Amino acid sequence: MTDATSTGQEPVAIMESPIHVDYRFTAGLAQSRFLKGLSQGRFLGQRCPRCHKVYVPPRGSCPTDGVPTTDEVELSNQGTVTTYCVVNVPFQGQSIEIPYICAQILLDGANLAFMGLIQEIAADQVRMGMRVEAVWVPPEELGPTMASVRHFRPTGEPDADYESFKEYL
Amino acid sequence: MAERCAVIGAGQTKHAAKREDVSIAGLVREAAERALEDAAMDWGDIDAVVIGKAPDMFEGVMMPELYLAPALGAVGKPMVRVHTAGSVGGSTAIVAAHLVTSGVHRRVLTVAFEKQSDSDAMWALSVPQPFSAPLLAGAGGYFAPIIRAYMRRSGAPDHIGIVVAVKDRKQALKNPYAHLHIEDISFEMVRDSIMLWDPIRYLETCPSSDGAAAMVLADEDCAAASPRRPAWVHGMAMRSEPTMFAGRDQVNPQAGRDCAADVYAQAGITDPRSQIDVAEVYVPFSWYEPMWLENLGFAPDGEGWKLTDSGATALDGGDIPWNCSGGVLSSNPIGASGMLRFLEVALQVRGQAGAHQVDGVRRALGHAYGGGSQFFSMWVLGTEKP
Ligand SMILES: [Zn+2]
Repeated sequence: MTDATSTGQEPVAIMESPIHVDYRFTAGLAQSRFLKGLSQGRFLGQRCPRCHKVYVPPRGSCPTDGVPTTDEVELSNQGTVTTYCVVNVPFQGQSIEIPYICAQILLDGANLAFMGLIQEIAADQVRMGMRVEAVWVPPEELGPTMASVRHFRPTGEPDADYESFKEYL
Repeated sequence: MAERCAVIGAGQTKHAAKREDVSIAGLVREAAERALEDAAMDWGDIDAVVIGKAPDMFEGVMMPELYLAPALGAVGKPMVRVHTAGSVGGSTAIVAAHLVTSGVHRRVLTVAFEKQSDSDAMWALSVPQPFSAPLLAGAGGYFAPIIRAYMRRSGAPDHIGIVVAVKDRKQALKNPYAHLHIEDISFEMVRDSIMLWDPIRYLETCPSSDGAAAMVLADEDCAAASPRRPAWVHGMAMRSEPTMFAGRDQVNPQAGRDCAADVYAQAGITDPRSQIDVAEVYVPFSWYEPMWLENLGFAPDGEGWKLTDSGATALDGGDIPWNCSGGVLSSNPIGASGMLRFLEVALQVRGQAGAHQVDGVRRALGHAYGGGSQFFSMWVLGTEKP
């Protein structure tokens, strides 16, 4: 057997083999309504008929009770930062300048927080309990995508009391 | 459990940032050969192979088990792939053990691996999703807010994460297989390292590693014929829960509590801190030690950090040493990380852990979790036949 070094060549230890994947995603009824809401600058969620918890984005069924969430609920544009981190690490495909705030935001009237970007405040000023509001893209840029929400920013209201959101952590 | 099951062989690779000397097939074979050698067995002695790894998207190789069958001597034998994200190494061992306890097979080889140098896990975990902003920045971006919530809820002081990071890296110096050997690791070094995902510092996170782990599991007769001391399975359990539901306790997940309660009941454990001699627990970010101390019942809610702070979890002088091998914080071949926890407690029970051996281990807990804390797998091993 001829080994690579005997021919004076380095062995090929590693090679780059890029892959590219495009997904086609079937939104389903509940998420389709949520996406249409985003294109109108509104957050549309759904309430579970059994436990009465409000999910936004809605999943079409309640993860706890396993029943369809049929009642549509329009949520507020405002919410509370339940917890957050300051991202200071670069990664391939990153679209936001670091450091940035990745927060869990509980919209008023919702029972589950979702992830959102906080801007218009210094990273070291963000707090658990801080009150925030959605900043939407201009009306002509609204579309059925989460990108319709440009980011969240502080409302300037007093912080929410820890007791009021601790069960959402 | 119908049939008894024991670990009679264990093998792992040297874990490293880049194992360019081996392909994935070479990596898994290295661990498997060591496990067979430890069990004094040959490939032909194995009835079935159970393999696990983290998401295929990491290395970009779809269903790698298909091409790994020849390297693992699985041609002509049953081969099963298990997939439960980061907990997969643990669940893979449990699925393999079930093949023995059910009486289907007598000698099963189980293997788990990750070749992170072939992969971009950070990218794979940060792919834009239709319903969330592209903010995640890897696993750290997911877990950091949960750690912040733990700190707020428990009132734990800021230095606890640093204590764990230093302890596990010191312990790794006693484990020749560990990826990270930071000779001069210190409190100051960790404290002054960059905040990657505030409140998680660089040195409070796990590394990216290439590595594999393998074990031979056997029934009672095969264990009796084995030249080395078997580590008997006293209990094993898996649980899952959805990532997102209203009222979910992300800091202290119910599935983890339920999984622990199940495995303790099987093993007859009512007070884990006094009845378990050593534990290998999946701690990829240092703060997960105090969090899992509570989730696994070693400390009351909100007080796990006090146990860590007191030194109770250290190999040097602690009464309940955690992660004597250096843990996930010192070696993280993701798919194998859970199996390494399960394997390291087998080494402890068999008295094979070398410089990081705890004296007189009779019973030990191996633990893994994965996804957004959605999957848990645990086993308890002991020196005595259950
Ligand atoms: Zn419900």
